Amino acid sequence: MSATSATSARPRAGFKVPTKWVTISLFLLPALALYLLFVLVPVVQAAHYSLYKWNGLQPLDNFVGLKNYATALGSDTFRTAVSNNFLIIVLSLAIQIPFSLSLAVLLNRRFTGRTIFRVIFFLPYVLSEAITGVVFSLLLRPHALIDSGFSSMGLGGLIQDWLGDPGFVMITLFVIISWKYFGFHMILLLAGLQGIPREIEEAALIDGAGRWQAFRHITLPLLGPTLRVSVFLSMIGALQLFDMIWVMTRGGPLGASNTMAIAMFKAGFQSQQMGYGSALAVILFLFALVLALAYQRFVLRRDVEGAVTAFNG
Amino acid sequence: MTTTASTSTTTSISAIGSRRLRFVRRNLLNIARYVILVLVAGLILLPIVYAVLGGFKENGQLVGDPLALIPAPWVLSNYTDVLFGVNAGTFWREFANSLIIAVVAVGLTVGLGSLAAFIFARMVFRGREVFYTLFTLGLLFPAAVAILPLYILVKQIGLGENLLGVALPQAAFGLPLTIIILRPFFRSIPVELEDAAKIDGCSTFGFFWRVLLPLARPALATVSVLAIVGTWNAFMLPLILLGGQDQWTLPLGVMNFSGLYVSDQARILAFTVCAIMPAVIFYGLAERQIVGGLTAGSVKG
Repeated sequence: MSATSATSARPRAGFKVPTKWVTISLFLLPALALYLLFVLVPVVQAAHYSLYKWNGLQPLDNFVGLKNYATALGSDTFRTAVSNNFLIIVLSLAIQIPFSLSLAVLLNRRFTGRTIFRVIFFLPYVLSEAITGVVFSLLLRPHALIDSGFSSMGLGGLIQDWLGDPGFVMITLFVIISWKYFGFHMILLLAGLQGIPREIEEAALIDGAGRWQAFRHITLPLLGPTLRVSVFLSMIGALQLFDMIWVMTRGGPLGASNTMAIAMFKAGFQSQQMGYGSALAVILFLFALVLALAYQRFVLRRDVEGAVTAFNG
Repeated sequence: MTTTASTSTTTSISAIGSRRLRFVRRNLLNIARYVILVLVAGLILLPIVYAVLGGFKENGQLVGDPLALIPAPWVLSNYTDVLFGVNAGTFWREFANSLIIAVVAVGLTVGLGSLAAFIFARMVFRGREVFYTLFTLGLLFPAAVAILPLYILVKQIGLGENLLGVALPQAAFGLPLTIIILRPFFRSIPVELEDAAKIDGCSTFGFFWRVLLPLARPALATVSVLAIVGTWNAFMLPLILLGGQDQWTLPLGVMNFSGLYVSDQARILAFTVCAIMPAVIFYGLAERQIVGGLTAGSVKG
């Protein structure tokens, strides 16, 4: 009752207050329209197109039901692409994130030069993935910097056909992806570590816990929310891998470095199979959705928002 | 009584020994820390430094002695060609295209995003959380999902092979993050301030424009910076939606340039370095906003 009287008291004589809904529409509609038109509608359209055999030019009239999906699931090329995405996810979780965490721990002390290291480690994150790919392609050419580096250290035997060997190309790409993105995860985890009061770990040390024990049983659990955000972002990132791989290998050699996004791009724009390509897009969407739902289910929603929202100054 | 006294003396004696031990250990740990950090920093910087210096080399040296870091002789022509010479037309045109797309996209993302975030933060109405969730969905799936229909759509509305045809979808894809970051910030500004502004005759937009936005400057800086980095480095959308070379942005241009001058590595490196310089300089200026924006929340987590 009092709330109503307060709001109705607000408009004062002399100027007209637009009704609530007019304000809401004027403020919200532009963003909503842009977002619907260019993000949500295309996603829905992808689902629609995926039910047709269509080259993107002719009328959309050759309805084939779920045939595109059946083709995709039966295709060795696409299965390789999916397994490549998952290989990157597994490697990221097993190697990249522990590596980022170790460096975050090393940086979580006050010492001279800390800021410089932090700035350097994060630097690759702001570079374009495509341009990064161009630079590494040059360095990985036979007898270029990387090969010569191995030879000069007496490790010539380890030299591979980095981007040309179907059995090795994903490893090479993973290392470059880590080069570019570990700093991002490190910064995230470092921020998380700095949010943990030092006293808690010190108390455990005084109580006789070893450093590793204190880390394992005190710090790590407290870092949980941040770690989960890092894991989630890493997985979503690995699912949509495209730019760097397109620049460096175009999915080759022999499809060995295809990812879902690369396969989709090739289907849509190289073989003019818009319907099939859309089916691949929907499959990619479903993977991301399952991931997101699992994340919502197992991890508090606050984690996601916390990762990118709150401001502490 | 006596037991406490004796234990305290033993601890003080062993404390001297363990303090020495701890001193040595701490120094060793510090040295190990520096060694590891310097190694990793070296691995991060090596490709970048190598590219920068490579742009000053002759191709003979790049191919013949790839391990040499310092150019011998120093050659300026690669960089001067890119910035002022034969390749300058290409470089600056691509730079301008990147800049136009970034300015339009970031302007729209931040402008429209803050209007929407304002509504989500300070208005109570039915369906608010539904609309908000709709926007947050955009963060959960890869942009690639929308790309094929987007290609068709942009052509249909007459923006095919047009810089605006890239900028608009780019802005749309930037909205979720912008709104999610701005909402809690807008919400934290006290209601009393809004009431006071209203009593002084401010309209809702007047409050938003004259009171809220100036107060939210740090948050706006953060979302702008994140949007700039995102748009500047975008690759897939421009690759699909842009027409001929006169519309290409820098990432597309670099890829094409490296295919064009396959055997002129020094020139590729010079072009590449010039292309990443804007991002590096921008990072130098806005490091605090970039890092702060991406991480501030997880501190709270």
